[in-house]
Amino acid sequence: MSESKKTPTLLKVDKLKVHFELKRESWFSDKPVVHAVDGVSFKINLGQTLGLVGESGCGKTTTGRAILGLVKSTEGTISFEGEKLGLVSPKKMLQLRRRMQIIFQDPYSALNPRQTAGDIVLDPLLVHNIGNSKERQERVDELFSLVGLQKNQQLLYPHQFSGGQRQRICIARALALKPDFIVCDEPVSALDVAIQAQILNLLCKLQEELNLTFLFISHDLAVIQHVCDEIAVMYLGVIVEKASRSELFENPRHPYTRALLSAVLSGSPEIKVDRIRLEGDIPNPINKPTGCRFRTRCSFAKEICGELEPVLEEKSSGHWEACHFQTTNNQ
Amino acid sequence: MDDSLEIKEDAVLQVMNLSVDFDVKGNNVSILSKVNFGLGLGETLGIVGESGCGKSMTALALLRMVPSPPGKISEGEVLLNNVDLMTLSKKEIKNIRGKELSMIFQEPMTSLNPVFTVGNQLVETILEHKDLSRVDALKEAIELLRLVQIPAPEQRIKEYPHQLSGGMRQRIMIAMALVCQPKVLIADEPTTALDVTVQAQIFDLLKEIQAKTKMSIILITHDFGAISEMADRVIVMYAGYKVEEGTLDEIRNSPLHPYTQGLLRSMLVIKPDSSGFKKPLPEIPGSVPDLLNRQPGCPFGPRCSQATIKCRSMPPNFNLGFKRSVKCWLADNGRVE
Repeated sequence: MSESKKTPTLLKVDKLKVHFELKRESWFSDKPVVHAVDGVSFKINLGQTLGLVGESGCGKTTTGRAILGLVKSTEGTISFEGEKLGLVSPKKMLQLRRRMQIIFQDPYSALNPRQTAGDIVLDPLLVHNIGNSKERQERVDELFSLVGLQKNQQLLYPHQFSGGQRQRICIARALALKPDFIVCDEPVSALDVAIQAQILNLLCKLQEELNLTFLFISHDLAVIQHVCDEIAVMYLGVIVEKASRSELFENPRHPYTRALLSAVLSGSPEIKVDRIRLEGDIPNPINKPTGCRFRTRCSFAKEICGELEPVLEEKSSGHWEACHFQTTNNQ
Repeated sequence: MDDSLEIKEDAVLQVMNLSVDFDVKGNNVSILSKVNFGLGLGETLGIVGESGCGKSMTALALLRMVPSPPGKISEGEVLLNNVDLMTLSKKEIKNIRGKELSMIFQEPMTSLNPVFTVGNQLVETILEHKDLSRVDALKEAIELLRLVQIPAPEQRIKEYPHQLSGGMRQRIMIAMALVCQPKVLIADEPTTALDVTVQAQIFDLLKEIQAKTKMSIILITHDFGAISEMADRVIVMYAGYKVEEGTLDEIRNSPLHPYTQGLLRSMLVIKPDSSGFKKPLPEIPGSVPDLLNRQPGCPFGPRCSQATIKCRSMPPNFNLGFKRSVKCWLADNGRVE
């Protein structure tokens, strides 16, 4: 592991907001707004993995998509190698796009059922007009062996592959344009445990060989712990805690992080922590609670939590938390 | 019939040689092959395996809900209170479903009818099984929602499924399954579609209800974490076979089948000391066999690191003790019965 100080920052996200407007309920009311992402900032250094973890609806996928421009951001800036996306010329943007790719959660719906596996991987090369047909074919062959697929499988259609193999095709397609940065949006959630291990091993191997930078989105803390250098915990559109991998798991601070950790079914009863049981569900992002977003489910909530929204502060070196209190495990 | 000697007094459900075949373009494909197990009173049995291993099909076969055609239950007995469900008429089995054997499905989003209110659907279920007036049925529905810990049940009962969160919907499904206080509840991946914090809530709820009603649960899942949380005994399935059976401790601490061992090894757990960063995980090479072209011999043979020439023939279920068995030649120490 290289020290994070030495490697340059590849991606910087600053106060990113993504709001979706819904249909107004009557002529006189305002349009309801979903605050999907509500002021998220982080940076990722070259060759590192940042994990975004949280429950469904917390805005982790929207964050990933907004970085790639797949959804429009409402506010905030995203800079890739110091260049602000959205401010660069369309020509430059096209070049930058090649270097940023995504792997989707569901390998079943991410592949066109009418295209052969070879064509699927070839597509990005055609779109960006790279090389001649011979070079393109060589690149496809190379990609297939890189992700552990056979050359003769290029002629098969997606339905002829298993889930794990399909995810390998998705990875090959994402790698086709030699990107530097890949958003991995729940890449193993749809796969069986045994296959999950295969794909995680592949991603780790590729990261090391190609010096890739990952934004790794997952709801599974065990997966996050296995692959991420730094981890940001999201709740209802904001980051509530951010720390290095070892710091977050050994010394979790925010009540939500601790609740998440204790809700994980460990598989080994020896590590039975005192469970923090969360009541109820994640609140509606249209009418988010005033003040701290987590207060409606937090057992430590006091009066101040309803009045003032806590900001993400560096509570100890490299460990950021958005909470008014110092709550510890023993409390 | 190696398990038949072990019927205990309190066995609620006894499954013997349950087999399901599917007709795929004229070919007979065996989806489930001679599965045996018993379920005790108030016991939770976990069935674990990868997708396509036949665990959901087992549940459907117990309720005689295998889609037919193309599927059919080709063999087997399912004894519930010493009545063989496989020999009952359609009307009789319909009476058993929901009353004695209930099921909750994986997707709480698709299992509820979107155009009826939750109350409507619950009342209908109650009226189907009980001789009550609509008003009394509604009262009972509210009580059930209270049992599954839905806040403000009087209001919630008037809402439509889309107005509820995933966790709420799964609670409604559980309430619906509990209408007749079934003896056995089959939960097919009840928490897979839910978030971890909600998942923990649902498991707590199931345990609480089980403690109150002495209901037996069959928990079908691919998640060993869920099994560790809930199950007393575990069945590991692979390619339509039961490959290993034992108590939770036996399966977790001393798994015998190479498949169980591989499954447990490749499972990621949160480590308190956060070791093992980006280390290659032990993986099971290859993927599950194609059921259409079954090769002779042990179904796990081609992926097994310990396979020998013996594995070219199908291993029997070796009985290693009370409700402890493994389908692997490695366990063969002259113990064949």
